Amino acid sequence: MNSLLAVDCVTQRFGQLVAVNEVSMLVAEGELRAVIGPNGAGKTTFFNLISGLFPPTSGRIYFDGKDITALPPQRRVALGIARTFQVTEIFPELTVRENLRIAVEVTGGHRLRLWLRRRAEGEIRARVDELLALGGLGGKADRLVGELSHGDQRTTEIMTSLALEPRLLLLDEPTAGMGDQETYAIAQLVRRLHRERGLTIVLVEHDMRVIFHLADRITVLSEGSMLAEGVPEEIGRNESVQTAYLGGAR
Amino acid sequence: MSRLRRAAPASLAAVLLVTMPWWLGAVGGYTELATRIVVLGLAAMALNFLLGFTGVLSFGHAAYFGLGGYGAAMALKYLAPSDALAVAVGVAAGTVAAALIGALIVKLRGVYFAMVTIAFGQVFYFITFRWDSVTGGDDGLTGWSRLPLRLGPLALDVQHRDLAFYYFVLALFGIAAAVMGAVLRSPFGRTLLAIRENERRARFLGIPVERHLWLSFVISGGFASLAGALFALLNNFIDPRALRWDQSGNFVIMAVLGGMRSFWGPLVGAGIFVVLQDFVSSRTENWMSFVGLFFVLVVLFFPRGVLGVLRRRASA
Repeated sequence: MNSLLAVDCVTQRFGQLVAVNEVSMLVAEGELRAVIGPNGAGKTTFFNLISGLFPPTSGRIYFDGKDITALPPQRRVALGIARTFQVTEIFPELTVRENLRIAVEVTGGHRLRLWLRRRAEGEIRARVDELLALGGLGGKADRLVGELSHGDQRTTEIMTSLALEPRLLLLDEPTAGMGDQETYAIAQLVRRLHRERGLTIVLVEHDMRVIFHLADRITVLSEGSMLAEGVPEEIGRNESVQTAYLGGAR
Repeated sequence: MSRLRRAAPASLAAVLLVTMPWWLGAVGGYTELATRIVVLGLAAMALNFLLGFTGVLSFGHAAYFGLGGYGAAMALKYLAPSDALAVAVGVAAGTVAAALIGALIVKLRGVYFAMVTIAFGQVFYFITFRWDSVTGGDDGLTGWSRLPLRLGPLALDVQHRDLAFYYFVLALFGIAAAVMGAVLRSPFGRTLLAIRENERRARFLGIPVERHLWLSFVISGGFASLAGALFALLNNFIDPRALRWDQSGNFVIMAVLGGMRSFWGPLVGAGIFVVLQDFVSSRTENWMSFVGLFFVLVVLFFPRGVLGVLRRRASA
């Protein structure tokens, strides 16, 4: 199988601390990969390396065969990598529609335009409406995002990332801090994006139900290193994973 | 619906501005005061393009304002007797300076950005202050004046008729406001709002944040220099105080006073500022402490500025 994302032995040091230690990972096109691990395992740092928030201390990262190790975030977005954050990053004082519209316009190559032709305007509106419907945000389209519930804010963030028409979507704890109902709604949305649209997704998550419900394969990190990788059944049976989660590894 | 809501404030502003010489006269003002409100309002709106709609505080916009003024004054004094050329030279001088300095500072954020804009502003202040032979130094640049406008057979005596000059200034203001408004409603303008709202998200949507900040800085500096050029023509005089840091601070005060989240807010702020200055300074030299007190009260009780409060009332 073709791997869309190839992480080759990356290490990230912050001073004395080794946050990510020689981790390698191959993610196939169309796969939904979960990255799990106890707190402080380096999951978010690993994510930041993939999305380009900072370059790794050593190791290489390839996307669709192209070396992206040194590319800044906006160049990775152009190649098709979109991400959400653990703490939702949105435009709070703009409406849901405006949030999506900005993403759609940038993706359409309009970011420096001072006016739009009627046709482009129509296409942009249609695309925004489509995304609103897909995220179930139609009724809240003209509300300010900052006034919405946590779950709707997160959904807005996921939809803006989707507006970029990514080939790889990185979701950093999409259900963090949510109640059961919201968690379920987000999980269903992620599942649909994966199943119906064939989107490749890498997901950092704490909620085990979500992970075992969604993931094709699971990568387990512990103290910055790769502990195990496999399909959910294998990971569920893996003894060292159980020890790490039960705290025995400390 | 949204088109109507957008057009209403602009139409109201247009009516008030076109009739300002009359109603301001009726309440004890005079034409030159009206012109000053429009000119400084333009400068404050230009600053607010950056502050309110891109989310970056420049504390050195007087530099571009002042360069616009010196550009216009020097063009009239040394180059050719033409107001149009003077305005063009002033705008070019300020915009080029904004482009160069902007390129050096767009990586800075927050307080660091504000501090460095002050520092660069002061550089220009000291140049005009020290370079006596060209700029007239501390005494300012005199020995020139604005001239009547001629367009073929048409002539408009903006030199001697204050009212004619007011409408000349207002026409340029109208064009500038229309352009700024159109830019803010465009896809490019929305990327600036995106940067204001959340820089990290903007970056991860694929917006090259530094490049867009730079463009916003140049546009903002360009319109500030247009205001400066008109300011010099208004006074038939320009001196280094026009580009000193306290002038920059005044623009910020005007923007915050009027409401930096609203497009017309800074114009209202400039109106309040200029009228207070005119009214209080005829009674006491310490007019700035009254303006300062007023500013503190507004910030404490109406943090969204005068227009911000009105807008909230209207939508509630």
